[in-house]
Amino acid sequence: MAAEQKRVAMTGNEAVAHCMRQIDPDVVAAYPITPQTDIVQYFSTFVSNGQVKTEFVTVESEHSAMSATLGASMAGARAMTATSSQGLALMWEVLHITSSYRAPVVMPVVNRALSGPINIHCDHSDTMGSLTTGWIQLYSESAQEAYDNLIQAVRIAEHPDVLLPVMVCQDGFITSHGIENLNLLPDETVKQFVGEYKPEHYLLDLENPITVGPLALQDYYTEVKYQQAKAMENAKQVILDVAAEYEKISGRKYGFFEAYKLDDAERAIVVLSSTAGTAKAVVDSLRARGEKVGLLKPRVLRPFPAKELVDALSSVQAVAIMDRADTFSTAGGQLFVEIRSALYESDKRPLMKNYILGLGGRDTTTREITKVYSDLAAALEKGRVEELITHLDVRE
Amino acid sequence: MTNLKGYKDIPIGGMITEAGNSEKYKTGDWRSLKPIWNEEGCVHCLMCWVFCPDTAIIVEDGKMKGINYDHCKGCGICARECPRKEKALYMVKEE
Amino acid sequence: MATLKELSRVPEVLAPGHRMCAGCGAPIVVRQVLRAAKAPVAVANATGCLEVSTTIYPYTSWKSPFIHVAFENASASLSGVEAAYQSLKRQGKITDEIKFVAFGGDGGTYDIGLQSLSGAMERGHDMVYVCYDNGAYMNTGIQRSSATPMGADTTTTPVGSVRPGKLGWRKNLTKIMMAHGIPYVAQISPSHWNDLYQKAEKAFAVKGPAFLNAIAPCPRGWRHDSAETVQMTKLAVDTCFWPLFEAVDGKVRVTYKPRQKKPVVEFLKTQGRFRHLFRPENEGLIEQIQAEVDREWEELLALERLSQEQAAE
Repeated sequence: MAAEQKRVAMTGNEAVAHCMRQIDPDVVAAYPITPQTDIVQYFSTFVSNGQVKTEFVTVESEHSAMSATLGASMAGARAMTATSSQGLALMWEVLHITSSYRAPVVMPVVNRALSGPINIHCDHSDTMGSLTTGWIQLYSESAQEAYDNLIQAVRIAEHPDVLLPVMVCQDGFITSHGIENLNLLPDETVKQFVGEYKPEHYLLDLENPITVGPLALQDYYTEVKYQQAKAMENAKQVILDVAAEYEKISGRKYGFFEAYKLDDAERAIVVLSSTAGTAKAVVDSLRARGEKVGLLKPRVLRPFPAKELVDALSSVQAVAIMDRADTFSTAGGQLFVEIRSALYESDKRPLMKNYILGLGGRDTTTREITKVYSDLAAALEKGRVEELITHLDVRE
Repeated sequence: MTNLKGYKDIPIGGMITEAGNSEKYKTGDWRSLKPIWNEEGCVHCLMCWVFCPDTAIIVEDGKMKGINYDHCKGCGICARECPRKEKALYMVKEE
Repeated sequence: MATLKELSRVPEVLAPGHRMCAGCGAPIVVRQVLRAAKAPVAVANATGCLEVSTTIYPYTSWKSPFIHVAFENASASLSGVEAAYQSLKRQGKITDEIKFVAFGGDGGTYDIGLQSLSGAMERGHDMVYVCYDNGAYMNTGIQRSSATPMGADTTTTPVGSVRPGKLGWRKNLTKIMMAHGIPYVAQISPSHWNDLYQKAEKAFAVKGPAFLNAIAPCPRGWRHDSAETVQMTKLAVDTCFWPLFEAVDGKVRVTYKPRQKKPVVEFLKTQGRFRHLFRPENEGLIEQIQAEVDREWEELLALERLSQEQAAE
């Protein structure tokens, strides 16, 4: 039965900070960066007011934030950090080490464009670049989703079949600083849902001393990496199981993605996070005019739900994949490349087109999204895609 | 690589759960010079023990008991630092 | 004052079978320091010779809990381990007393790891950081570091027709750590094992961060016979190239004053990395090095006098 929930007006950052208070991790090591700063500040207040039992380490950089969080996790603590953009980039080296050491660290990431030029606003260049770091990635459209994903992330990360770190992403400023109404679960419900972290091996266990982070060469490196790949594979089922359990306490349903009016859609857009909200409004107005359009909003990018995406998109005739970051490969954005590759397995391949949009916080409005749907209509009429990759809204 | 374990049979994350198991790895064959201990000449000052980089001086009850040839790499520090020199510890060519 | 007989009863934390080079100074430092912990230790290690050679999978030489994360973050990683300990202890989930110690070479400490070391020391974690300073990046093949002495021949400061090895003085890291105002800082040498033991004892005993800087010769990089390792450190101390001192809550005490300070040339001439300094074209360099050693030694003595004067007031 769903718990009694409190309706509150909060920013995405505030929701995440409150969620961290409810999770009450043993250790948080974090460094402030725009637009994540509020998370660290709110959490500091909880520490100062004795509202959490957390040992809060005010590190001197994100590299140290990730290193200390990893150290704490290997020591046997439930450990969290949070970051954005350059901070995530500075953590880079340790992101790989964290997933490889199988540390179930959970990290809210507030998506922000990577420099340069320096820019504090949203795009997904930070987390898109970290898709190969071995972290599970959950994306959130709203503060509510960021909150819900964060609670589930703890259970996913710490599941014995998984033991991998999880990033919970939300859009910088748009979600992180926008105030919205959301439902918070009671503290006790969250506490019960996440349970207590009980690692099998940990550094502070003096009875069974372990060596963490040895030099593994040609003879064993491959096996360690394969274990990691298997864990990521296992994460798929665990993500669904945790979502089902979470639905019971929250009444809110989660899967690998949200399919919005996709069942009978001829044309669809695939788009992450907050832009999906704008796109849904466009879907609604086009549907009102009788157009068969739909939307798919991925929630889980790692592990990549390739098979499920194929099932969901196969019956669509034309799909636009929206990437809020460029890869500079000249062959399309990351989401485009991965989804197109997944659809190779399908006999019914839709026409596909890629849009690079929303860089450095540039607004994507209903006008642009409407144009994308009409581009798809034009492509369907011609039976082919004229321009495979379009950088949306670029001035000549 | 025949005795190597498969991915299911090793702890996750490259973790080593058998503390101090390098003792099973022998470094004694690195030696080109070998320290020889002469018990009669030894005053058990333990200078050899405190300076050994390889934990290869065997001490029991505060007394020098011999050299762990499985691990001694023959660096010669023990003989060099031995105050009794030739009388207690000296280096010879490894056979 | 402990005797070696007593110390020999302390269980070893570093098992044999590690693959440090014969005659390496680092494991001598590790063994001598850990003997003074008086409680179980959890060890963090920066990437470097010590780390790679003691943990070649599936073997580990560490009988204690051990973590290595990367090159520049031993202090940060250990900060997290120590924070976990504080948290779990406060919650009653852990009752053991554990000491926390990080080891890093001069690369992982003076250079790439300086930021995370500074951060950890400033935050006041209850940990001991031990630098084993062998004066270059030995693990990757003897490249210069900011701890490399002036004039040393390394693979990135090779002696050539116009350059006589490393140009410029080494960084004084011990003084940088003193400037952090942490409770305990000391410079140690394995040759003076008793002085080292007493300092390590103090470092482990203080509440809060402590820093130990140990000279740890590398026979390959310094180019001396492997048997001479301890003699090298003795010469470094006796020439005042590596003075032994401590700063307890900022109060400086020189713990060993050579009865007769040896000329630095006694230290330099024993090592292949300085051999070129004795060629006619490099005349004057040794005098410059001597002058710098003298200046630093005098400055240290002055700091000690100042501490004594302040104590007397």
